[in-house]
Amino acid sequence: MRQSNWAREVAVVGVGMSKFGAFPEQSSRDLFVEAFLELRDIIDKDFELDQIDAFYLGNFSSDQFEKQAHLAPILANWVGLSPIPAVRVEGACASGGIAIRQGALAIAAGLADVVLVGGVEKMTDLEIAEVTEALATAADTLYEIPAGFTFPGFYAAMASAYMTEFGADQKAFHQVCIKNHQNGALNPKAQYNQTIAQIMAAKKARAVQKGKPSPEWENEGSFLSDPRANPSIAWPLSLFDCSPVTDGSAVLLLTESKKAKQFTDHPLYLVGSGQASDGALNERKTLFNIPAAVTAAKHAYAMAGLKPEQIDLAEVHDCFTIAEIMASEDLGFFDRGEGWKAALDGKTRRDGPRPINTSGGLKAKGHPVGASGIGQVVELWKQLRGEAGERQVEGDPQIGLAHNVGGTGQTCVVNILERRN
Amino acid sequence: MNSKDFYLALAEKKLIGSSCQVCGLQQVPQRKLCPQCHAENTQITTFSGKGTLAAFTVIRVPPMHMARAGYGSKTPYCVGIVALEEGPSVSAQILNVDLANPDEISIGMPLRMTTIKRESDPSERTYLAFEPC
Ligand SMILES: [Zn+2]
Repeated sequence: MRQSNWAREVAVVGVGMSKFGAFPEQSSRDLFVEAFLELRDIIDKDFELDQIDAFYLGNFSSDQFEKQAHLAPILANWVGLSPIPAVRVEGACASGGIAIRQGALAIAAGLADVVLVGGVEKMTDLEIAEVTEALATAADTLYEIPAGFTFPGFYAAMASAYMTEFGADQKAFHQVCIKNHQNGALNPKAQYNQTIAQIMAAKKARAVQKGKPSPEWENEGSFLSDPRANPSIAWPLSLFDCSPVTDGSAVLLLTESKKAKQFTDHPLYLVGSGQASDGALNERKTLFNIPAAVTAAKHAYAMAGLKPEQIDLAEVHDCFTIAEIMASEDLGFFDRGEGWKAALDGKTRRDGPRPINTSGGLKAKGHPVGASGIGQVVELWKQLRGEAGERQVEGDPQIGLAHNVGGTGQTCVVNILERRN
Repeated sequence: MNSKDFYLALAEKKLIGSSCQVCGLQQVPQRKLCPQCHAENTQITTFSGKGTLAAFTVIRVPPMHMARAGYGSKTPYCVGIVALEEGPSVSAQILNVDLANPDEISIGMPLRMTTIKRESDPSERTYLAFEPC
């Protein structure tokens, strides 16, 4: 693959996001409109709808979740954008990240100056078994699914390889969960606004209320180690290692960089973007990481002219806790086999040297699969502009990275954003 | 050479794949086009069915087709990736391992191929499985 550079540079000039959670009353278009309205309010300067030249939508499977295909033109119409080109792109859970890239490509190619990029997934209408079945179509349904794999199962298998290779144990996975819930508790848009300590205290209180003895969990670690509180889903992963089923939407407005200051005094520039693909899990030479993420990151860093140590904070694809640990190595933040120790040592906490998933990540913020990659950039926007409130990372961060994975890593996209003073 | 061949062979208790007549790359399942040298010159080969466990999980929240076959939170199953002695790896159910103690199932353990039919399976397929040897 050749090294790529933008023919025209691309900037993010505004973001919007719905609340993430379970919303039985809302369809995907309601969630999308909620995100779009926030974007319209957030743009600092003048913004007219007729400035938008094209719309790219990341959406994994409205066909299965809502029995609605062909969603992009509907959403464009619902916010008054007809007749601009409206395109849905699908890359499983990386649909949002690749929609950003497609929007950027349209600008770089000169086909558009201003592009709306959105992501949406409305998942909670289906029963959990049906959701599992729908998500399974992101894997190889001819060979992998008949073998008995599920998505938690795939990541659990990668975790088994990682644990054997590097001597890691489940305590490191627990720390990822605890940290991401601490961050999510400070994010008003997150699906879960409770820390693990708060969830534990609530369970104790409920037991007492029912006249049962209060469970004897000493701390968050012992709570997460108790199979009654945290049942096994797919060994070595348990319930609290898994991101939830979520409804939500997020949007970005991209422009050709020379136009960015017409919309805001503080745009973010998309300085690097890389994408890669891969075969099924059994095709790979290594099972303790995600090779396509390494490739995507390599291209994004080369394009940006940056090294991993220059990234101030990252939003990574923690669909499962082990995925965050593997990402922290695939992105070059830690040496191979050191990611689990870094998680245990608190290096990836909000106040640590390498903040990861300050939004709460997919784990606590929620994982509406087509919107997740765009929700990551919404968090980078807030952090890099100093607008993240209680969860703001200190030290005036300037460069952020978003890492979005589809399936078990058949699609990976890495986008790097920079604020310039 | 078609996608169906893999399951047709399993019904005869054979694990098939393809081998490239140009560069020698072996693949499971079988493919017409060699992804390594891009030659369209591959032949079906039968694999020995011997391999080692490369990664695994014990699943307690099964998908619908496995739930219909009787698996569930109290009746888990093991699925994994098996590295075959000929080189390629394959996804398969792993039988006859200690499901109550996944810590005791060890990556690298030698396995041999077997097959499994599943309860209430409308396709009545024969699936690939492995067991310790
Ligand atoms: Zn070949």
